[in-house]
This record gives sequence, structure tokens and C-alpha cells, in this order.
Amino acid sequence: MAAVRVEEVLAAAEEQEAEKRRSVTVEKELELEFDLGNLLALDRNPPPAAGLRGAGPRREALLRALARDNTQLLVSRLWELPAERAGGAGGPLVARLPEPAFRLPREKPPPRPRPPTRWEQFARLKGIRRRKRTSLVWDEQAKEWRRRWGYRRAGGDPARAWLAEVPEGADPEEDQFARLRREKRERVARNELNRLRNLARAHRAGTAVPAAPLHPTGHQSREELSHVARVARVSTASLGRFQPRLPKESAEPPSRSGGKKQRFEPLLGNLAAERSRQLELLRDMGSKKPVLDITRAVNKQLRQEEAEAAAAKGKKQSQRGKRGRRQQRTGRSSKKSGARRQQQQQRPAGSSTGSGRRKKA
Amino acid sequence: MRPLTEAETRAVFEKLGRYIGENIQLLVDRPDGTYCFRLHRDRVYYLSEKLLKVAASIPRDSLVSLGTCFGKFTKTQKFRLSVTALDFLAPYAKYKVWVKPGSEQSFLYGNHVLKSGLGRITENTAQYQGVVVYSMADVPLGFGVAAKSTQECRKVDPMAIVVFHQADVGEYVRNEDTLT
Repeated sequence: MAAVRVEEVLAAAEEQEAEKRRSVTVEKELELEFDLGNLLALDRNPPPAAGLRGAGPRREALLRALARDNTQLLVSRLWELPAERAGGAGGPLVARLPEPAFRLPREKPPPRPRPPTRWEQFARLKGIRRRKRTSLVWDEQAKEWRRRWGYRRAGGDPARAWLAEVPEGADPEEDQFARLRREKRERVARNELNRLRNLARAHRAGTAVPAAPLHPTGHQSREELSHVARVARVSTASLGRFQPRLPKESAEPPSRSGGKKQRFEPLLGNLAAERSRQLELLRDMGSKKPVLDITRAVNKQLRQEEAEAAAAKGKKQSQRGKRGRRQQRTGRSSKKSGARRQQQQQRPAGSSTGSGRRKKA
Repeated sequence: MRPLTEAETRAVFEKLGRYIGENIQLLVDRPDGTYCFRLHRDRVYYLSEKLLKVAASIPRDSLVSLGTCFGKFTKTQKFRLSVTALDFLAPYAKYKVWVKPGSEQSFLYGNHVLKSGLGRITENTAQYQGVVVYSMADVPLGFGVAAKSTQECRKVDPMAIVVFHQADVGEYVRNEDTLT
């Protein structure tokens, strides 16, 4: 009985193995076309026409079997790719996919070209082509190459122009400086108006116009610009997670609420945890504090100087008593005490800066 | 009313540490109960847990004060210690200054302590160190900042300031309206 059972078991196991092996290999008339970069497999085999007609569970089963076979072929191709362990020895096995070959169709229709602006029409009519200008201009006054416009431009700072000639045929009573300012303002306004007109024309023609806040104008405030920068950063495929920071941007991630509300601990939260946190904080603060070496050293120095001064005084008095005024005239002792006086003057200055590092409590 | 954030706790402990050093642990970790710091309208209060539970049930607008007010945060988030913390600073003070009876009144009126009014000072007091001011009878009068180190105090002339005034118990009378 036992032997028969064992045989049965062995036979069943062998059948299972054969089944598994059968399921891994798939027979197809035509080879599939693979684009592993896109994880794409194209099956050009004609489907079994009889089974697919009409809805029903048989159709479902056929479709499922077809899908399983093709997926099996794709997966076995993927397993043949060169693979490596990501994240060190214990990490997952990652296959390196080749470049995608199949060009995916567009999701949305391509944008229409915007209509030409009035200047562009005119230029095309007249045959005016854009001439490339140099970025630097020779300034005769300053005898060096200066920018064409902007900071330290050639031709001096227009705001500091101290002379405005009255042109011929102009009213002598008119304020020329005011006129220049007014004309500049008008020019700027006209330019802005034309830009807006071009935008409106593009919008009317159905061309995609990028969102107005994302148009840098130069008249935007700091808050607007930072908001725009934040929006631009988050408008990436990874929602800004893998976006490199601008040179002077702060390194904190933007909070979901826009930085408005700060989350506080609950009022009656875990008091024991709070206490332990505070104790740890105290320990950190205590460990970082330097030992009071500075003031100790300063006090020591002061005491030394006092002792030296006292000793020198005593010496001087004794010397004066012995030799009288002659010692003073040679200036030997005065030199010594002068040097020490200088040292004393230096040290208190040093001490005041040394202990002045401490802020007032 | 809310607990202090990390930065605020750090500021408070730094300030307290100037006066009592590492004895802050005795304030934080007390054997006779759980005491904590809470912030209410920019003022920092020190109170026991049971008092906190009771105070939590009072509406925010009606709550004036709770426990002991240690000080307040200014508009620019700097912490200023007030005289109401003296009861907790005095027993744990590291550096003390005793003031002669003659110039006690001057200190209680808000003036700095001059060398002529200085009775005793703890040895090894550094310059700009936080000190607690006592009368000669060991009654805490207030606290301040040492203007000169102990060594310099010995050499300086009698009219020089040795302790800058920060807070004194006379404020209980003078600033009665603003103390909470």
C-alpha cells in the first residue's frame, strides 16, 4: 500500500513539474516583437478566429490564455537582460532596460503655431532680418568695454544725467528732465500694451498660451516669484521630489499647507515623554558648552600681572632707596615697567574681547 | 495654551542656564510631581500636571495666568526672564551677589548695583554672567548680570557698576499691571 502511495505521489510530482515547465515555454507561429525599453511586446499572430466570436466565458478564457502566454514571453525576455543588485548586497535585483525604441503617440494634439505679431509681419514684409548684437560696447568715456544696457552700462547711468539739452523748436519753459521721464514711461507702457495685445491675439487664434502667472514680467514681487518658483518645481513628473534646487533656494521641502500653519504638540500629551525630551535637550546643551577656560585664564593672567606689578613696584622703591635718582635717569627700570604697562594694557583689551564674546544675559 | 516647541524650549533653557546652570534638571525632573512649561499668549508658565489639567478646561480668552510665569517671548522671539521666576532661580543660583543694606533700596527701585553697594560676590564669577542678587540677610532681591568679573570688581573704583539690573522684587509694586 505504502509503495503504491509513494509511486502515486512521485508520479503526481513529476506531472506537476512537467506542467510547470510546459507553462514556461510558449509556442508561437510568429516571433513576438519586443521593445524592452517600453516593456512592450507586439504579437502579430492572428488570433484563433473561432473562439473570439461572441461574448461568453470561453472568449474570456481564450483571451486570458493569450495574455498569459504573451506576458510569459515578455517576462522571460526581461529575465535575460543584464541585472544588478540595487542598494548593495541585500537589495532587490534590478534589470537594466535598453533605450525605448517605440515612439508613443501624442496624448494631446500638437500646439498650433502662434500668429505673428505686428512687428513680425512688418519685418517679413520689409525683409528685415534680426542682426546679432554684441553684448559689450566700447565706452569712450570710461575707456573700457561696458554692457549695452543694465548695470554700469556704456554711456553712463541715465538716472545721473545732469544735462538735458532743449531741442530746437521746443518750448524753453518746459522741464526737459520731466519730459524725458514722461517719454520713458510712455514707451514702457506702449511696450507692455503691445505685448498684451500679442498675447490676446495668440489666445484668440486658439494657440496655447502659457499661464499668465508663469510669465516673468520683471514687475513681479518677491512673494509672487517665490510662489511661481514653487509651482514650477512641483509641476514635474515626480512632483518636485527629484528636482535639483536653485543656487540660493532654501533646502526645506515645501509644506503641503503652504507653510501657513505650524503643528504643535498636544496640550496634555505624554508628559513623561516631554520630560525625557527636555532632559535630553539639556544634556545636549550641556555637552556643547565649553568649559570656562577663557575667564579662568583671564583671571589668572590678571592675578599674575598684579603680582608682577607689585614686585616691580617693590623693586623700584628699593632701588631708588639705594642709588637715588641716577637709576631713574638711565631709564632702565622705567623701560621694564613701561613694557609691563604695555602688556597690562594689551591683556585687559584681550580679556574684554575674550569675555565680551558672552552676550549679556 | 500650548507646549513649547523645540526652539522655544532651547531659548528658555539657555536663559535659565545662565542663572542656574545645570540645575535646570531639578526643575524639569522633580521628585514631587510632574512639572511642565506651557506657553500662553507669549508668556512661559511653569506648572504642575494637575494644575495643567485644571487650566486646560478654561477658555483661552478668559485665561489670565497659570502656575508661575517665568518670562515672556518678545516680538522677535527672544526670551526675557521676569521677576516672578525668582522663587525658582534663588535656591539653585550658581553665582550670587550680596548687596549692602544702604543700596538695597536703590536696587529695588531699578538701579544698577555700584561697587560701593557691593557686599559680597561669589568667587570666579565671569563677566556678563547671570547672578542672583541677595540682601545681606540672604533674602533674594532680584537678578542681574555681572558687569565685571570678581577679579575686576576688586580693582575697580567705587562708582563703577558691578551688576546690571535685570529684575527685582520692587517690580511687583511698580509693574503691578503688567505682571501676570
